[in-house]
Amino acid sequence: MRSKTWWFNIATTALAIAISLTLAFIIIFIVSDQPLEAINSLLLGPLSSVRNLGTVIEMMITVSFTGLAVSIMFQAGQFNLGAEGAFFLGALTAAAVATSLHLPPLILTVISILTGTAVGALLCFIPAILRSRLNADEMVSSLMLNYVALYLGIYILNNYLRDPDFGMLASFRISQEVKLTQFISRTRIHTGVFIIAALLIMAYFFIYKTKTGYSIRVVGQNIKFANYSGIKVHATIVISQIIGGAIAGMGGAVELLGMYERFQWTALPGYGWDGVIIAILARNNPQFIPIAAFFLSYLRIGSSIMARLTDVPYELITVIQSIMIILITATALLGRLKQRMIIKEAIANGQDS
Amino acid sequence: MPDLIQMKEISKIYGNGIYANRHVSFSVREGEIHALVGENGAGKSTLMKVLYGLEKPDSGEILINEKPVTFSSPQDAMKMGIGMVHQHFMLVGSLTVTENVVLGYEPMSGIFIDHNKARQKVMQLSESFNLKIDPDIRTSDLAVGLKQKVEILKALYRGAKILILDEPTAVLTPQETEELFTQLKSLKKQGFTVIFISHKLKEVKAISDRISVMRRGEMIATVNTQDVSEHDISEMMVGSNITGKIEKEKANPKESYLEIKNLVWHDNNKKAVVNGISLTVRSGEIVGIAGVEGNGQDELIELITGLKAPDSGEIILLGKSTNGKKIRQRRKMGMAYIPSDRMTLGIAREMSIENNIISTKLDDKSIYNTIFLSRQKIKSLSKKLISDFNIKCRSERTEIGMLSGGNIQKVVVAREFSSNSKIIIAEQPTRGIDVGAAEFIHKKLIELRDNGCAVLLVSADLDELKKLSDSIVVLYNGKITAYIDDVSDVSDSDLGNYMLGVKKQSDEEIGRAYNA
Amino acid sequence: MDRILNLVFTTDFISSVIRVTTPILFATMAVLMSERAGVVNISVEGAMLISSLMGVVGSAYTGSAWIGLLIAVLSGIVYSWILAVFHLRLNTNIVLTGIALNLLASGLTVFILFLLTGDKGVSTALPSKVLPNVSIPLIKNIPILGNIISGQNFLTYIAILSVFVIHIFLKRTRLGTYIRAAGEAPEAVETAGKSVKSIRQKALIISGALAGCGGAFMSMAYLSMFTKDMIAGRGFIALAAEAMGKGNPILSFVVSLLFGFADALSNNMQLLSIPSEITRIVPYLVTIFALAIYSGRDLTKKKNPI
Repeated sequence: MRSKTWWFNIATTALAIAISLTLAFIIIFIVSDQPLEAINSLLLGPLSSVRNLGTVIEMMITVSFTGLAVSIMFQAGQFNLGAEGAFFLGALTAAAVATSLHLPPLILTVISILTGTAVGALLCFIPAILRSRLNADEMVSSLMLNYVALYLGIYILNNYLRDPDFGMLASFRISQEVKLTQFISRTRIHTGVFIIAALLIMAYFFIYKTKTGYSIRVVGQNIKFANYSGIKVHATIVISQIIGGAIAGMGGAVELLGMYERFQWTALPGYGWDGVIIAILARNNPQFIPIAAFFLSYLRIGSSIMARLTDVPYELITVIQSIMIILITATALLGRLKQRMIIKEAIANGQDS
Repeated sequence: MPDLIQMKEISKIYGNGIYANRHVSFSVREGEIHALVGENGAGKSTLMKVLYGLEKPDSGEILINEKPVTFSSPQDAMKMGIGMVHQHFMLVGSLTVTENVVLGYEPMSGIFIDHNKARQKVMQLSESFNLKIDPDIRTSDLAVGLKQKVEILKALYRGAKILILDEPTAVLTPQETEELFTQLKSLKKQGFTVIFISHKLKEVKAISDRISVMRRGEMIATVNTQDVSEHDISEMMVGSNITGKIEKEKANPKESYLEIKNLVWHDNNKKAVVNGISLTVRSGEIVGIAGVEGNGQDELIELITGLKAPDSGEIILLGKSTNGKKIRQRRKMGMAYIPSDRMTLGIAREMSIENNIISTKLDDKSIYNTIFLSRQKIKSLSKKLISDFNIKCRSERTEIGMLSGGNIQKVVVAREFSSNSKIIIAEQPTRGIDVGAAEFIHKKLIELRDNGCAVLLVSADLDELKKLSDSIVVLYNGKITAYIDDVSDVSDSDLGNYMLGVKKQSDEEIGRAYNA
Repeated sequence: MDRILNLVFTTDFISSVIRVTTPILFATMAVLMSERAGVVNISVEGAMLISSLMGVVGSAYTGSAWIGLLIAVLSGIVYSWILAVFHLRLNTNIVLTGIALNLLASGLTVFILFLLTGDKGVSTALPSKVLPNVSIPLIKNIPILGNIISGQNFLTYIAILSVFVIHIFLKRTRLGTYIRAAGEAPEAVETAGKSVKSIRQKALIISGALAGCGGAFMSMAYLSMFTKDMIAGRGFIALAAEAMGKGNPILSFVVSLLFGFADALSNNMQLLSIPSEITRIVPYLVTIFALAIYSGRDLTKKKNPI
């Protein structure tokens, strides 16, 4: 039997989505000269061709990585926002390894992904260790670290990885054999989809069925209780952040090897923040990450199609998704209804003592 | 003469579905001291919070001087002359006595607060009501009794004619209680009306004119104090003739399980909060710790359980030193711990009952299938504990925060008692829970003692201590002031004197706590 | 090393420290106002971003820098008020709402900028105004000191003034006292008959106004236009500055100067042919170190062995 709270979370999420989409339509009607076309391409654009639907799935792979990463870090009650930097550096590291080592293709692919994973883990480890040893606020330090990761990455790209023969600031070309295979024609859907699928399943078992996963949840729910119960609080926090960072770093590496020829980001790509949105939508549950990731990617692709075909800019969606997550965290939205239900139940069960 | 306050058919249901008040009617006459009594959790505080505008009733009405009123905030209640002194003091520690008293009603000069005028007003007030206090001291530096005076001054400053005091004596020594009573009587003479919440019958008998008794959210009766005996009130409170005694054999202590040697711990201000405590708890006995709140009990328990590390001294569990060991290792050595702050330390509110039960059992192979937690095994363990400990809930997956206080405490107790521990640290195990649950926990503690556990019990409730303990250690100012080996032989006033530090046993007598 | 020292001890450099401290100081005071009332306002970053755009837009359409400033301040207030409504009335998690509001600001500014100019990066198409620099008579003639103290932007003086005004405000006024009390012992305030929520709401509004000034400084003084994500973490650095200043306005001011120093150093180190990517890391690294060192000290002796 699912708990009442569970159903209320679902209902709140649905309501939040409904309200923010309605708001999106209202904004479109206000700013656009072709509102119906805009709404049509926002909602149905992704379904209009295999290619478009493929783009949704491609993005879904990417943001599932960061969504899962953030949700594991949040599960431990840590507002570590380093997934952004971890993703960026994971991709950069993979590019560095893939373009500079000379190894057989498959082995090089695996090593590129694993080094990217390790660097991501390292980045998210820093705020965790600063929090657990020195009690430094992990949110501020992780945000600062994202900037450090960005500029450090650009420095490395500029001075060590740069292809001087390429017109723009970019790394050398990654050879085709090292890249992840794109296996559905007319799309760029790559084998990373199997990696994330496996990760999501493992994460589900890890969080709900293992001692460490349980410890992470308890630490996130009530750190004092965790310590009182004899759970290793510091170790649990550090482990959860390392795992989160590793998944984000791996996401960056997989993204690069699956989707790009060269590394050429000179700004943070924003997928870490998408991860935050997905984690909130999925309420940190691994099993809901793919749904949330699909939903977000669908809206994103829809709105970029809308931006291409009409006069409504893409950023509309960043506005809408922010409103969505604010509403989702508004426990009072359905709070009164919940209170009434509880009271009704209490009366039905008779006086409890 | 008509009643000053009439509360009619008040009902209040809390968020966790508990009826705190069920059709309660209550009235107070002008100029009386009216005691509102009942067990913990009977609904007294809720009723008074409704009267003070802190809680909105779900139904019912309030009349003051026969005029119906609705309070949506304490400010509304204050306007009608109602003031409340809360059980937990509502003072801002970094503000001075003056600033706290005038908070919300500051005299102004221009855009700034007029501190001189405020100070004068507070001085005047404190003199005219004989509540002497230094107006310039920060309230965080005040002793408990003085904090209470600030609270009373606060109410009087706001023009209260009706004073509600919620368990004012719970944190006071017997001597401070005497002083408070003198003040209340003098207030009564000046025409004030006092509502006095308590569950200590002697006090109620001593000070009140009338008594209203509540039980399980309902009003049982209102009587004239002179017409009833303590025994009568007690019967009304608990609903049956419980004399407060519990069936137990004489203790048969064996080897020492918990040994504490010269334990010292300093706080951030370098004050020795635990100052050289030595004591022993043996297999098969319950040792009680008495003391006015804030005399080192909390810290002593934190040191024993490993939440704090001592500056010097040693704690030995079952013959092994605990130096450098954290709560996790101490639990493995055989310690169980029922914390006083059960809502923040003892449970994760938003997790299910079963998840709250397994938190201390993660190293127990019996809840796993190879490496994975077994849903089935956890379920059957939880179901067993729910039925053994008579926990009232819909299912083992119910969020624990939805349960009533008594049932939450039963979950905590069930978890701690089912871990085969040899040493039980029980801190305020029945505070704020209903009689039935408290009785149940008391019986379990005796049962564990009889099975050879060593139990260390800390309680602010002297009756509970005397009822359960085989011997009592009194703490004052971080030190032991008395060791009482025969609990049946000690009077409350003696205990009070030890608790206050007025009297102190000889070092030799105190040494028995360790060597007995 | 000598070259760095030579750089640091010039009047130009010291003057630039004060200049770049200004937005951090506004942000720090914004964080401080809400923090003292018991609300962690991590959306100061977003509020500043919105205000920096609205200042530019306002001044471009009215032709007046002052009206631009007013509009920037109002936008900061509105933004904080949104946080107040969601957190205080709808019980949202303050951190998640703060994150969401920062994301919102990032998207909304580009959205508005695009609608107005068709550009998604900079506001050069808008003829926006800048706020004036003020030379102070007499002081400007003092050698060395005159060059540092006089001639700064109008908002720089306001920022420094705000430190002392807030100090007195918290200590001596009614609302200031309530704000402190609401942060320290909300239940005491509630039982004294004052609404904690409404006190916090007022604190957040003041916080928003300060963030608005900070945003306006960025786009109407520091630069003369709006650029995408131009606040660049200053709102977050302010969180660290406020924490290190222990909520004391004067102390927080000193810490802000430290971060301003790091920022100025980073701007000027490029002159010494250190790669710009490396110099741009400096303020962020300094923040991390400062946070780690400060928090570590605070825990020195009585660290509970969790």
